[in-house]
Amino acid sequence: MTKVLKPENPNQVSEIIEWSLGDELPLDIAGTNTKRNLGRPILGKYGDADNRVIGHTLELSQLNGILLYEPEELVLTAEAGTPISDIEAAIAVNRQQLAFEPMNLERLYGTEGGTLGGVISCNLSGPRRFKSGAARDHILGIKGVSGRGELFKSGGRVVKNVTGYDLSKLMTGSYGTLAALTEITIKVLPSPEDTRTLILIGLDDELAQQAMTAAINSSHEVSGAVHLPLTLAIQSSVANISSSQTAITGLRLEGFGPSVDARIEALRINLKKYGDLEELDREDSVVFWSEVRDVRPFQKENRVLWRMSVTPSLSPLIVKNIRSEYEGEAFYDWGGGLIWYSMNQSSEDCGAQKVRSTIQNNGGGHATLIRADDISRSQVEVFQPQPKALAALSSRVKKSFDPKRIMNPDRMYLGV
Amino acid sequence: MKMPDPDKTILAKRNEIIGAMNKIVKKDNVIVEKKKLAVYESDGLTAYKQLPLIVVLPETVEQISSVLSYCHQNNVKIVPRGAGTSLSGGALPLADGITLGLGKFNQVLEVDYDNRCARVQPGVTNLAISKAVEGNGFYYAPDPSSQIACTIGGNVAENSGGVHCLKYGLTTNNILGLEIVLTDGEILRLGGKHMDSEGYDLLGLMTGSEGLLGVITEVTVRILPKPTTATALMVSFNSSEAGGKCVANIISAGIIPGGMEMMDGPAIAAAEAFVQVGYPVDVGALLLVELDGPPEEVDYLIEKVSSIAEALDAISVRVSENEMERESFWAGRKAAFPAIGRMTPDYYCMDGTIPRNKLPYVLESMDDMSKKYDLRVANVFHAGDGNLHPLIMYDANIPGELERAENFGADILRLCVEVGGVLTGEHGVGVEKRDLMGEMFSEIDLNQQQRVKCAFDPEQILNPGKVFPTLHRCAELGRMHINRGKLPFPDLPRF
Ligand SMILES: Cc1cc2nc3c(=O)[nH]c(=O)nc-3n(C[C@H](O)[C@H](O)[C@H](O)COP(=O)(O)OP(=O)(O)OC[C@H]3O[C@@H](n4cnc5c(N)ncnc54)[C@H](O)[C@@H]3O)c2cc1C
Repeated sequence: MTKVLKPENPNQVSEIIEWSLGDELPLDIAGTNTKRNLGRPILGKYGDADNRVIGHTLELSQLNGILLYEPEELVLTAEAGTPISDIEAAIAVNRQQLAFEPMNLERLYGTEGGTLGGVISCNLSGPRRFKSGAARDHILGIKGVSGRGELFKSGGRVVKNVTGYDLSKLMTGSYGTLAALTEITIKVLPSPEDTRTLILIGLDDELAQQAMTAAINSSHEVSGAVHLPLTLAIQSSVANISSSQTAITGLRLEGFGPSVDARIEALRINLKKYGDLEELDREDSVVFWSEVRDVRPFQKENRVLWRMSVTPSLSPLIVKNIRSEYEGEAFYDWGGGLIWYSMNQSSEDCGAQKVRSTIQNNGGGHATLIRADDISRSQVEVFQPQPKALAALSSRVKKSFDPKRIMNPDRMYLGV
Repeated sequence: MKMPDPDKTILAKRNEIIGAMNKIVKKDNVIVEKKKLAVYESDGLTAYKQLPLIVVLPETVEQISSVLSYCHQNNVKIVPRGAGTSLSGGALPLADGITLGLGKFNQVLEVDYDNRCARVQPGVTNLAISKAVEGNGFYYAPDPSSQIACTIGGNVAENSGGVHCLKYGLTTNNILGLEIVLTDGEILRLGGKHMDSEGYDLLGLMTGSEGLLGVITEVTVRILPKPTTATALMVSFNSSEAGGKCVANIISAGIIPGGMEMMDGPAIAAAEAFVQVGYPVDVGALLLVELDGPPEEVDYLIEKVSSIAEALDAISVRVSENEMERESFWAGRKAAFPAIGRMTPDYYCMDGTIPRNKLPYVLESMDDMSKKYDLRVANVFHAGDGNLHPLIMYDANIPGELERAENFGADILRLCVEVGGVLTGEHGVGVEKRDLMGEMFSEIDLNQQQRVKCAFDPEQILNPGKVFPTLHRCAELGRMHINRGKLPFPDLPRF
């Protein structure tokens, strides 16, 4: 019978993996299981690529605790199963934050919680991505147990470090397919003193894209650039957004008070030509950007949902193209670099062929099937399929950590 | 440092290899004469010298692919090389290896302002990228001091940093895409103009891989709009300890300056003697803080930083009044290496990183070591991120001094690791720190890194002898000992 194993220390993690190796029993690796529905379903009734029987679930939730936090050094080390909310609360005391704004993806899946290990394993980043980087840009070091059952480490606790390969980055976004992380060291940064948002009213997608590009390309240090069409904007809990009854384009400015004051006025002048402008105060801004970060417009529904990372300036074209075959709603984050697309009706392949070929023909990028039922996600590639040589390399990298393919097999790609 | 013994069969096949290379690239681009090879005999770590078997200067990606395929099939080693400014011996040639020079890949292929990126060939210099985009108000943020000479390919291979990295990140945070060629000749593209490359973060893995995983043939870099203004503060203290405290207080106040550099007494004296920019010479530490952004922000922060400094009894606080003065504040710091170079026949530049709060202890210990080894040392730091550059002064003509300098350096790096830091912040392991890797990593850690190497380069023909203290064969590393047993601790109630 499948067991949920909850080791209490890294040595126990290693023991469990060694034991699983003995019987070649694949392990399903999780933090607190909030992102179960992200990725290919593994070890379920659909079996793994090698037709192996279901193994056990390795849940890292007991590895919970902040081990080191030095605010003036901008560094924090925590066990991988530490809830991300605990970390955010602990650093907020010193007016610090995780600058990559980890999104609460679980809200799309109707779960609650989420651990540091989960955020790192999925490389989750929010609206500040284009300015401050992704989760992978904030990881300094890791400890973990590979699919060989060996405890290993990489990186350290300092920002500047080129000692050996950067395996910490490799772990980020690897969905637990290489190692079970036990300890993670990340960079923390000061929270901005002030946060405000300029809102452009009623732009269509193309014009909104131009406005976002102009804003980000100015020297005013825009730290969020999103475009929501009317149907999604009216769902916001921020009255100043929903009541405008139009599409809105939001541009966030953060930093020291006098600096934000100056930049918002300057940006206003830059953007006047695109349309009418309004402004969100600090309180509304915080709520609004957390809605954007957590994809709130698509939370309370079950439609097939795609997340596309694309060449920013081409995003309206990409959406138009996809829409010609699959009706749906889109919003643009990361100044156009990130498209969330929810399909009204889907097809057997959830529109994968259309979505991916459109991206391919328009500057490149990749698409992830964030939401679809289990059957679809076992039949459609959830993550962007890779060209042959790259796929072969990924598979060799996987093998170098996990030769028996017992760590979350198939979660990213069938056979990896 | 001992390099692996050259393979005699390869040395014997030299003419055959030259013939094969002549078929792949133009004859002029295969360098075989001893005199011409001497240009390549070392990199920025000049204590090590070795003539390469030959040098090949390809002009197209296809040529690189063919060269690598040939080497792969014939077991010939390859050392990629950009401008050869590495300070860790990363580009040190091998007697039985081809040095693959990327100098002919010197074109900026595309600048895309709408998507804030530029596609460049690996041999383009770091500074040339900023130059290519400055007309439109953009720049490429990472700015190693060697930026006029070093190439973007070398920057990616070493994950190079610079003064601006505290606020704007290292090379790894400023690239979006790569084209690489693997040893089997396969050409791969990682990432592109979009953010976050798909699948495993091989882009992150390649960055800082010191030419051991693949040859970088194209880089897509992020470019940023230039900040409107920049002002520098020059603050002096009685001691490095007070300077370090000032750095900590600035950061605790939520300020991440565009640059924050510190110099100790000997470094200040050397710099002032060299460039005469008005550094106070009778102080213990000099801190340069650069604040950039809109004028309103810069003015606001100058106030804050000044009062933080004054609260710590700074001896002097000067704020640059104009661009010329700002540049003169920096001139001394930028000239620190050559300034030290004037005071000593030779110097050895170290590159450890430490948690910043360990600075007083590390400096004190370094003082003791300086006495023990009877060699002078001057210090410049990237103060914001704890990256130290102790410059050990020695004279290579005095027998034993080089060795003493190297031992002194190794002791400094051991100390860095002991206090929770690392062996190298931005210069790379190369050959220089290869044998110290065990100070930081266990055998398991190192074997895992080498297994990753095997996934890219199973014959280990790319830059062998660098980074790893012991080379294991890939087959040997792949072996695994499996214990068959029972599910451990199955009775614990939580299951
Ligand atoms: C005076 C001076 C100041 C310096 N200041 C700094 C500084 O402030 N910050 C900093 O980080 N560094 C600094 N450096 C170190 C050095 O300049 C950097 O490491 C630089 O990135 C090396 O670039 P390069 O083109 O000279 O590479 P090389 O020295 O030619 O090669 C370095 C390594 O990269 C590999 N490599 C080069 N090109 C490629 C490619 N296309 N594909 C794959 N591998 C490749 C080589 O095999 C080698 O391992 C300084 C050096 C000097 C001499």
